[in-house]
Amino acid sequence: MSADLTRRTAADLAADLAAGTTTSVALTQAHLDRIAAVDGGPDAGVHAFLHVDAEGALAAAAASDERRAAGSPASALDGVPIAVKDVLATRGLPTTCGSKILEGWVPPYDATVVARLRAAGLPILGKTNMDEFAMGSSTEHSAYGPTRNPWDLERIPGGSGGGSAAALAAFETPLALGTDTGGSIRQPGAVTGTVGVKPTYGGVSRYGLVAMANSLDQVGPVTRTVLDSALLHELVGGHDPLDSTSVDQPLPSLVDAARRGAEGDLSGVRVGVITELSGEGYQAGVQARFEESLELLVKAGAEVVEVSCPTFVHALATYYLIMPCEASSNLAKFDAMRYGLRVLPEGVDSPSAEQVMRATRDAGFGDEVKRRIILGTYALSSGYYDAYYGTAQRVRTLIARDFAAAFEKVDVLVSPTAPTTAFKLGEKLDDPLAMYLNDLATIPANLAGVPGMSLPSGLADEDGLPAGFQILAPALADDRMYRVGAALEAALHERWGGPLLDRAPALAAQAGPTDANGASA
Amino acid sequence: MSTSTTGDVLVDYDEVLAAYDPAMGLEVHVELNTATKMFCGCPTEFGAEPNTQVCPTCLGLPGAMPVVNAKAVESAIRIGLALNCDIAEWCRFARKNYFYPDMPKNFQTSQYDEPIAFEGWMDVLVPTADGGTETVRVEIERAHMEEDTGKSLHVGGSTGRIHGADYSLVDYNRAGIPLIEIVTKPITGLGAQAPEVAKAYVAQLRELIVALGVSDARMDQGSIRADVNLSLAPKGSGALGTRTETKNVNSLRSVERAVRYEMQRHAAVLGEGRSILQETRHWHEDTGVTTSGREKSDAEDYRYFPEPDLVPVAPSREWVEQLRGTMPENPRARLARLQESWGFTDLEMRDTVGAGALGLVEETIAAGAAPQSARKWWLGEMARRANDSGVEIGALGVTPQHVARVQAMVDAGELTDKLARQVFDGLLAGEGTPEEVVAARGLAVVSDEGALSAAVDKAIAENPAIADKIRDGKVAAAGALIGAVMKEMRGQADAARVKELVLEKLS
Amino acid sequence: MPEITRDEVEHLANLARIDLSDAELDHLAPQLSVILESVASISGVAGDDVPPTSHALPLTNVFREDVVVPGLGAEAALAGAPESEQQRFMVPRILGDEQ
Ligand SMILES: [Zn+2]
Repeated sequence: MSADLTRRTAADLAADLAAGTTTSVALTQAHLDRIAAVDGGPDAGVHAFLHVDAEGALAAAAASDERRAAGSPASALDGVPIAVKDVLATRGLPTTCGSKILEGWVPPYDATVVARLRAAGLPILGKTNMDEFAMGSSTEHSAYGPTRNPWDLERIPGGSGGGSAAALAAFETPLALGTDTGGSIRQPGAVTGTVGVKPTYGGVSRYGLVAMANSLDQVGPVTRTVLDSALLHELVGGHDPLDSTSVDQPLPSLVDAARRGAEGDLSGVRVGVITELSGEGYQAGVQARFEESLELLVKAGAEVVEVSCPTFVHALATYYLIMPCEASSNLAKFDAMRYGLRVLPEGVDSPSAEQVMRATRDAGFGDEVKRRIILGTYALSSGYYDAYYGTAQRVRTLIARDFAAAFEKVDVLVSPTAPTTAFKLGEKLDDPLAMYLNDLATIPANLAGVPGMSLPSGLADEDGLPAGFQILAPALADDRMYRVGAALEAALHERWGGPLLDRAPALAAQAGPTDANGASA
Repeated sequence: MSTSTTGDVLVDYDEVLAAYDPAMGLEVHVELNTATKMFCGCPTEFGAEPNTQVCPTCLGLPGAMPVVNAKAVESAIRIGLALNCDIAEWCRFARKNYFYPDMPKNFQTSQYDEPIAFEGWMDVLVPTADGGTETVRVEIERAHMEEDTGKSLHVGGSTGRIHGADYSLVDYNRAGIPLIEIVTKPITGLGAQAPEVAKAYVAQLRELIVALGVSDARMDQGSIRADVNLSLAPKGSGALGTRTETKNVNSLRSVERAVRYEMQRHAAVLGEGRSILQETRHWHEDTGVTTSGREKSDAEDYRYFPEPDLVPVAPSREWVEQLRGTMPENPRARLARLQESWGFTDLEMRDTVGAGALGLVEETIAAGAAPQSARKWWLGEMARRANDSGVEIGALGVTPQHVARVQAMVDAGELTDKLARQVFDGLLAGEGTPEEVVAARGLAVVSDEGALSAAVDKAIAENPAIADKIRDGKVAAAGALIGAVMKEMRGQADAARVKELVLEKLS
Repeated sequence: MPEITRDEVEHLANLARIDLSDAELDHLAPQLSVILESVASISGVAGDDVPPTSHALPLTNVFREDVVVPGLGAEAALAGAPESEQQRFMVPRILGDEQ
């Protein structure tokens, strides 16, 4: 029963719980067992989790079962366990953001999305691994060791949310939360054969999300199906008075859109292929699966046209100016004074606060974080603001205008999610620019604040690894991508004879359960 | 020439003015009296136990976010309107990035090039040499919203000051309290009047803030803090010299003294052919000197950019007009009205304003005292005591209600002026209400006619020669007998009644 | 083309309060130059007439009523502090001056 439970979707599990064929304790335990079996630690296994909270999850599961028995479940997903990216504050559970500088920090408060999970009765299995402060596309920049791609443990699971995506692909959790600043939900989804959604900016509260780039960050669902994403998105989304950038208006039902899409009829839907986000620079197998998916959309009745968004070629450069500026300021608070790591400089008697700040920030931040802090400090420093941050904000306007013009012509825009399948661990670690190119196709959505989804489009012929299909919709029209995504998913499942993840290799059992920092105990 | 306690050479004030034109700029921080902080729902009460008025947002915990306090925006607009400013149709908050342990996020959420209020003025009444007043218009550059920092306690070392301390203890209760920073344009052409104008500006700004009801306006508690920028230029050059910024000048008297001190110090530095360092200086209330702080050159790069966690503030014109309707009376009109109603001379009015006692006098009169009595107590007794203890007159611990009550007791013959002063001693010592002080110290005037009469008889018997003189019609001699009676009664008698009795008995 | 020199990186690290080692400075300076060269390509893409976008959705006037909300309490506030004393955050001696 245990193995079966971990392979079911969240929607299936919710139905099982509602039908009384399983209990939250049983399925939470099943996932904890799976984590213990395959997650391993920094040196082996998937290493999707930085912290597993078996006790807390089982207590929440027991409480859920009691509610269920009393006939008053707190939500449709009451009792379905979930994993949370370690960049979201969880009261009483360590939150490190994948950084040494926050080692051991236990927040005294919950992020709004986490509070909503708890209120809805979802047991939290633990915190998932990530690139340090969400800076990276491979999860190799985690201070606690990389996460490995369940499809091939020699390869990266994408980033920054590689932990959440890998946990889904390894059947360690039926649901996870991720965050997406330039593609950190969607690109890991693409390379692990899972589904990930970046909602409209302001659609999901950022309160309690440790910010990398506040004007780009969004929290979103990481799942194995489009419907599961819709269920989780609806649960955590909606206005939050604690987030000033939160949108205070009702969204169309996402679950309804996903259900309608799964019926397979897309007649009347106009789909635009973004000229600038495919072809050259995209791996042949990724491109091939993308084109096949387009054919399936046509078959479902959609009208597919090509749309040009000429300024998208500047998106990457724009992103790498805005993001470091905001990040350099956001990360200033990690200074050894109030929480987190405090490192005393070597060979200094009675060091000053400033010396302790410097020593701590050198010891506590990794290379990529330092690169971005220095870059942001440079771009904001006097004399450069207009040339860099100011210019980037103006190009951002042009990118938003390209989106607006495109959405005059089509209902959704599509592209491959990432230009390649998962690359080898270490392959791009010392070439920041090559690493940044992974986010080429996902970044425009963040800059314009529009929603984006990635779902699996199949396996690339040359390496047998998953490729992703990206769907973008206008701001606040998240329902459109759920409809189109669910239709495509249904058609693909029919072609494959089941979900793509059924083809993933079995994972070898690991030596022991993971401890707080993911090391084998 | 003279030398300060810290070794600064100071040029005599007259010599400064002979050679230089001063220019000054004043930055006043007003801590608003909103119930909650600028960006979170934490309370703002002064004097709470350390770190009890904090939350994830004002502690700068990872992930926490700010939300703007509507009341603080309203107060900012009202201050802007009262200072005749334009109110921005659209403005934003910006991050001012610098590292300091009392600033939880290591950036201050402030406003940079888009302040909520800008381009205003305030007419300041300044005393003239001939005892009259003149009006100096101080141009306001901007008023913007920002948040306060935490407070550090420096432990170890000998001084309890920041330098030489072993470590510091930080309380973040104050972090995030809304501040409005009001910045003047450079004020020039004042010559010798500069220090007085600086003081009068801050005093009148404080009165305005009180009238608006947007702040406790307690300089002694730091709810109004002034920074004084000062520079000197060669006389008649029309240029602006290098300025110093003297921080946290926390009393009206010190505003005046700090400007004067910096003028004298600058002149000495320039006179030696050296140049003024553009730097922050600290004002020391106790010794009356400024000392060097941080040099500005390197650390000045604040890397401002718009706060991405907040959305723009765009006050509707309807809102602004509605707030304009809540403006207190124009300060000059108010002064004219009060002077007329109180019957004060120009000089009396000027002194009242200059002592920072206008509001106190007004409240004392409202509590029932006659205008001249109210003025007499505040400008005489209270001003002297404030000066002696180096605190603001409003911070003495004696309230307008106290003064009115004491005066009422004097008017009723229950207290003499001398006894009243002893009541104020008790009030200042925190011994309770005037009635409680009178009772505890046994200060009531003896109105027992029998006891008085016996004392008068005794004085007459002991001073037969003086009594004879009075009998002969030399009424002026009565003073000596009255003195003897008052001594006998330990001061607790009404001197006028004693005189009546003496004359009655010797007629 | 913009280039960040080693000295400049040192100055920036100083502003950002990071004690970079010599090895890190040697390593970072050329990487930053490459990144900067690549991102500088957008200068001139948007004319001065193009307004900047700082938020994806143009919200304004998001306010909170001036009503007290319970905070953390001193114990929870100080729970994560590296050191504390007298219910305050204990920090090393502060050299610079207040701003
Ligand atoms: Zn607070």
